[in-house]
Amino acid sequence: MTVGADSEAIRGAPIVEQIAAARRALTLRFRLTFVFVWLVIILGIGLALAVADAWDWEFAFRSGPIIVLQGAGITLLLSVASIIGATILAVLGAIGRLSSNPVAYAVASFYVSLIRGTPLLVQIYLIYFALPQLGIVLPAIPAGILALSLNYGAYMTEIFRAGIQAVPRGQREAAQALGMPERLYMRRIVLPQAVRIVIPAIGNDFVAMLKDSALVSTITVHETLFLAQRLGRSTFEPVTALLIAALVYWALTIIFSVFQERLERRMARGDQ
Amino acid sequence: MTDARLPDLGPRPASAESGYDAGSELPTHVGEPIVKVEKLEKYFGSNHVLRGVDLEVRQREAVMIIGRSGSGKTTLLRCINFLEEPTVGWVEVDGVRLQADPLRARSRPHQEKIRQIRLRAGMLFQEFNLFPHMSVLDNCTEAPMRVSGVRRDEAVTRAEGYLDKVGLLEKRDEYPARLSGGQKQRVAIARALCMEPKVLLFDEPTSALDPELIGEVLLVMEDLAHEGTTMIVVTHEMHFAQEAADRVVFMEDGVVIEQGPPEQVLNDPRHEETTHFLRRFLDR
Repeated sequence: MTVGADSEAIRGAPIVEQIAAARRALTLRFRLTFVFVWLVIILGIGLALAVADAWDWEFAFRSGPIIVLQGAGITLLLSVASIIGATILAVLGAIGRLSSNPVAYAVASFYVSLIRGTPLLVQIYLIYFALPQLGIVLPAIPAGILALSLNYGAYMTEIFRAGIQAVPRGQREAAQALGMPERLYMRRIVLPQAVRIVIPAIGNDFVAMLKDSALVSTITVHETLFLAQRLGRSTFEPVTALLIAALVYWALTIIFSVFQERLERRMARGDQ
Repeated sequence: MTDARLPDLGPRPASAESGYDAGSELPTHVGEPIVKVEKLEKYFGSNHVLRGVDLEVRQREAVMIIGRSGSGKTTLLRCINFLEEPTVGWVEVDGVRLQADPLRARSRPHQEKIRQIRLRAGMLFQEFNLFPHMSVLDNCTEAPMRVSGVRRDEAVTRAEGYLDKVGLLEKRDEYPARLSGGQKQRVAIARALCMEPKVLLFDEPTSALDPELIGEVLLVMEDLAHEGTTMIVVTHEMHFAQEAADRVVFMEDGVVIEQGPPEQVLNDPRHEETTHFLRRFLDR
């Protein structure tokens, strides 16, 4: 016993520090390697572009700012407006899918089935080109927002449905026992809790939406990809233009992924 | 139970429905019947859980329901405020009388009657069921403000009063996640009291608690009982029943086997099933 206690007293503190130091060194090496590998890949791509003479600096300086500022601005506008629209549709869709009212259930199910069963590009075309034949003429940007909202709303309906179902049954019983009618209980007790549950998924969808919004370039919305294609075509530098567009989407994705990660971490803390 | 805070209505003979022996005397503090359960039956599928229960509870009376799990005691409690729709029978709470109607349970008039009953009968759950996204105070003011239309300042004053009563006023701005189980249940009691119900229904309120946290909840409940809160408690805490109950009801297989003052049912049971249950319970 005394020997053990002695050796602990002598070596105990240093060994703990040694382990911590070794762990720090490992972490540092991991991070350095990570950065190194990224740099190598990026340099490789840059080298390949230089050898192929695919990147044009003059175009990048002349047209790049337009693609980055105006294009990214419209892309963001589309994505933010559409995620809001999609969230509203998803809440309504989820309530319908969980309703005991057969009409509400049927309408919500039809919506989800139709949208999930057809390509987003087809939906964009139908809203922009077919609706005018019914007398509903939408400008390109509202049409794009409508298409993206409808599409993501259908997928998010299922997310919200799961979120609502994840709220424990006891919450309903407690609300009922306090005399709350169904609507009040839904609005004040269930939805706020369901939203907290699905916020990570909404963030995920928002990042996906940033990129899917490129599809509305096909209906002349002046977003990132549309500008890149037009400017690239007119100056015969399509590759540089597309690369700039790719960088814009990538940068937006990285920025919002960081946001989303932070948000998720904060929500997780709130639950403890 | 006798207590300085309770009125003394003097000796009155107990009726057959009161749950006390006919010919004996009612506890001096209990008033008129406020909850009546008549011929109540409940099926879960083909499972006959309640087989005709009659129960009358009077104002200021504390009734504790005991029995093994599966005896139907929790179902009985949940049928009183229609968290379960009974299959057959009547429930009356503070003058609101409603017949079980499983076929039209979702109809609007039936639901409205149920709501009227629930406004008169507060319920406490094993799992507390506080609203996790609201502060303690908001948990207590939500229903009074949005269901009963109480003004915010009044709802807050009322909530603070009841939180003080359960000893948790200093936690008013905390969120439920930061509370211990015992504190959560005490907040749940304050939340129920904020609706100023005529009767409180407790469904095994201490069963989900760590042993060292049970006492604080029972203390609050005992206090309520001694103040004359009408309550129906499903419990396994025999010692608590002995201390705080005016009447103990023993259930088995979906019927009331026997009932009466705690010293009679718990110490000197008349039915073999009760003796059996109590012996098995004490063995554990």
